[in-house]
Parts: sequence; C-alpha cells; structure tokens
Amino acid sequence: MQATGKLQYWIRHRWLYIFLIPGLIYLLVFKYVPMFGVVIAFKELNLIRGIWGSDWIGLANFTTLFDSPHFYRVLRNSLLLSIYQIVWGFPAPIIVALMLNEVRQMAFKRISQTILYLPHFISWVVLAGILINFLSPSSGLVNHLITSMGYGPVRFLMEPSYFRSIIVSAEIWKEVGWGTIIYLAAMTGIDPTLYESATIDGASRLQRIWYITIPGIATTVVILLLLKLGNILDNGFEQVFLLYNPLTYETADIFETYTYRIGLQDGRLSYATAVGLFKSIVGFVLIVSANYAARKISGKSIW
Amino acid sequence: MKFRKFTLFDTANNALIVMISLLMLYPFVNVFVVSISSYSAYIENPLRIFPKDITFGAYAQITRHPVLWSSYLNTIIVTISGVALGIFLYIVTAYPLSKSFLKGRRIIMLAIVFTMLFNGGLIPNYYLMRELGLLNSLPALVLPMLLSGFNLILMKTFMENIPEELEEAARIDGASDPYILFRIVVPLSLPIIATLCLFTAVAYWNNFFNAIVYIRDVDKWPLMLFLREIIEGAKLISISGGGVENAAEAGNVQITAETLQYATLMIVTLPILCVYPFLQRFFVKGIMLGSVKG
Repeated sequence: MQATGKLQYWIRHRWLYIFLIPGLIYLLVFKYVPMFGVVIAFKELNLIRGIWGSDWIGLANFTTLFDSPHFYRVLRNSLLLSIYQIVWGFPAPIIVALMLNEVRQMAFKRISQTILYLPHFISWVVLAGILINFLSPSSGLVNHLITSMGYGPVRFLMEPSYFRSIIVSAEIWKEVGWGTIIYLAAMTGIDPTLYESATIDGASRLQRIWYITIPGIATTVVILLLLKLGNILDNGFEQVFLLYNPLTYETADIFETYTYRIGLQDGRLSYATAVGLFKSIVGFVLIVSANYAARKISGKSIW
Repeated sequence: MKFRKFTLFDTANNALIVMISLLMLYPFVNVFVVSISSYSAYIENPLRIFPKDITFGAYAQITRHPVLWSSYLNTIIVTISGVALGIFLYIVTAYPLSKSFLKGRRIIMLAIVFTMLFNGGLIPNYYLMRELGLLNSLPALVLPMLLSGFNLILMKTFMENIPEELEEAARIDGASDPYILFRIVVPLSLPIIATLCLFTAVAYWNNFFNAIVYIRDVDKWPLMLFLREIIEGAKLISISGGGVENAAEAGNVQITAETLQYATLMIVTLPILCVYPFLQRFFVKGIMLGSVKG
C-alpha cells in the first residue's frame, strides 16, 4: 500500500524531477566541484600530474599566508573599504528612498527613478574609463576645476590616500538609485491609515517621515545592514582592479585582486587557493552569523 | 486623488531629487558631448555639456578598428546564449521548486542557498575550466554565470504566487506538466522573465572578470576587454606622464586619446542605454513581486 503510493507519487510528478535535472547537474559541476577543488590549497599543485597526483603539503600555504605582511595589508584594505562603504554608502539609498516616497507628482517620480536606476546598468569598465578621464591630472575635468581655482593638479589615481574615497564615491553614484527599490517596496507596505490619522493629529511632513515611514522600514534596514556586514570581505574585483596600480596597492589591494595577481599572474596556484579559501570560510561564518542575528531580531531569515 | 497643497517641503524635496538626477546624467552627457566635439574644444573646457566644432572623427576612427567588431560580435554571442540558456534553466528549475509538495524540495533549496554562501574561489574555478578544456573559449564566459541562486529564488517566489487553480483546471483536462509549465505558467510569469532577461543580459554584456580570467586571444575578446585596452593606453599616460607640461609633450598620442575613448564608451554602452528605458517598468514590478514572500 505504502509502496504503491510512493510509486504513484513518482509517476505522477516525474516531469517535475526531469525538469530539475539540468539545473542540478549545472550546480554540481560549476558550483560544487570547485568547492572540492579547494584541496589544491593543501597540495603543491603540479599541472601535469593533476590535483590527485600532486603532493600534499598540509597547512604550509596557510603558515606562509599568516606570516606574510601582504596578508595583513589585504585584510586591512578589504575591511576598511567595506566599512567606509557601509558608513557612507548604506544610508544614501535610504535617504533617497525617503525623498522619492514624498514625491506626489507621479510622472516626476517615474522619470527620476528611471534616471536614478540607470548607473546600475553601466559596466565598471565604462565607469572606470570615465573616472580615469575625469580625474586625469593633465586634461581631466576635475583637475580643470582645481587648476582654474589656482591650485596645482592632483594625481588622484596615483595617491594611495585618495583611493578608498574614489571607489566608495563611485560605488555610491552607481548603486544609490538601485538601492532605493527595496526600501520603496517596504514603504508601500506601510498602512496608509497611519499617515491619515497622523495628519489629522497635526503631524508635519517631517514628523510623519520620522515617526511612521522610518519605523515602517526599520526591519528592512536592519536585515540589509546585517547582510552588508556579513559580506564585509567582499569588495568586488572589477572596480578595484580597473582603478588601482602598483603605486596605490598600499590602500587598494584587496582579497579579490591579491588572489588574482598571485594566482594567475605569478602562477602560485596553491597559495592563491589558500587565500581564497581563507576568505570563503571567514565569509561563510560571517554571513551565517548575520542571518542568525537577523532571525533573532526580526523573526525573518535572509534566505 | 485628494487635493494637496504644493508646499515648501515639496519644492525643496523635488529640487534635491532633480539635483541628484542631474549628477547621475552629467557623466553620460559630458562623455557624449566630448565624443562628438573636437579635441581643442575639450581642452578648452572639459566640463562642457554642449558640443562645439561637431565632428564624428573619433567614431570614424574607432569603427575602423577591426577588434571593435570582433569583440562586439563575441559579446553579442555570449549575451544571447547566456540569456537563452539561463532563462530556460531558471524556468525549468524554479517551477518544480515552487511546488510545496515536492519531495526533496528543502534539501535542494539548501543546496542552492549554500552555493550563494560559499564558493571554491578563483583558482579552483579556473582549474575546472582548464580541465574541461574551455580556457580561452566563449563558453568560459557563458557557463560560470548561467544560474545564480538569487535570480532562481526570485523566479521561484514569483511562481509560488501564481494561483494553483489555473494549473488544476488544465490538469483535470489531462494536461501534462510540460504543457502546464510552458503554456500556462510561463505566460503568467512574463514580468519576472522580462526582469531576469534584463538582469542576465546586462550582467553578460558588462562582465569583465570572467573575460580577464579565462580569455587570452584577441579574437576571443569580448567588448569589455577591448574597451579596457583602449582605456589602459590613457591610464598609462596619466600615471607616467602626470603634469600638464607632459600632456602637451605627449602630443599626437594624447590628441585623439580622450575623444577616441569617449566615442568607444558610447558605442559600448549604447545598447544598454537603448533597451533600458523600455524594460524599466517591468523590472521594478518583477523585483517587488518576486521578493515579497507569501
């Protein structure tokens, strides 16, 4: 009886499982196989003998890593870039979303949103190209402004002290509009009668924002902040790689670029895998803790 | 619609939004204007928002570059195959997972979420491509980004919110699951499919990371590697050259560099600028519907 019931389930829903096959094979080959590939970190990879033929070297790569001054530079840069990104970049879309939410003219709102979302769709290669030209010491428009005010030209992309500000500003410019979508969605979920009764009680626009809108999106804000903190080691390869150079490595070099340079340019595959594995493990612990915290606070899970 | 007074608050708020919007638009306007102006007009005032001495010389020069067209073609091939394969995979994978009765659903979802939290890192992925013999080939640009957990969950959530009755009626009439999926569920999922088409198309069009990691030969270059090559020339000048005097000395190299780069930036971004405004109304709706949990 039980067995026939089970058989019937499989026959009846066989198509659902057939549908799943290509996706699951894809995940297995392109996501899970590389996860097992991290054994390279514990071996001296010999490309001719392959992973299984290479010799085990235990934790040697990790001792090298933790002894390397580069590691601490990369760790510091990754953390600092993320922290600045959170301090300046996290509130920006919330403020813009609050502003957009107050717009009453629907056509104006729609046009502004179209313009604000646009930079999100621009490649970092394009944006880096624009930045390199805008910041060029010889003919860039920023230095044109600076020199026209009587100051000397600034070599923005050669000075380590400017690097983080440039990346963080560019990221804010690119993503601030896009970031408003999720907050605007949360704001549409706020009960409109709250605003009506507040208006009757004589609350001003700013008071309504402060006492109704902001508390209404508080859960979303907390969840997204935790998510950002969980991803604190992820800075994004493209923007840094396209804008840094040996002169700015001191403040610019992050895990993604360091792994790329030592692995694919210097050919130290095992060591680069160890660096990547360190980042993946710490990142995993952070994001799982962030989700745990989000569930404790809001009762909702990020995933 | 109740009548409301247009207050000082509205004026200030709208003015600020206009300012932010202009800040977003300015680089595009400036890049476009410089790309069709003469170089002397650019040097005179690099901030310009109106063209001067209009010339399409930079476009004429860059469009004669053979690598522009081969890389354009490569990017188009990669984008179309990535979107077509990706959307098909999202549809057939998300549909079964949207059924709450599906046995094994929890464990499969867990396996998908896990790929969003942990990855092998750069070198194991590179090694896998090498073992598959895909290094320096266009499939190496398509395959790594084919299925993202985030997009899959968006589509699954959207499908969960489609009323079950619509499918039930067809099932009573004897329709099979493939028929129901492609004739009933897919047409109802068009907003989320349009959204994911835009997301994946833009991701493929703009991707630089996979190209720099997996592609060597110039004839396999996608557009973004070509663009970087054009920009890299100028970056080297600005790093080694520095001061104003040097730029003048750089002479001929410098003269066409900016306008040529700006023309390339425009040509590379044009397809996105063209399709984006038409798809915008879809994706906001798609994101909101997909991310609201039932």
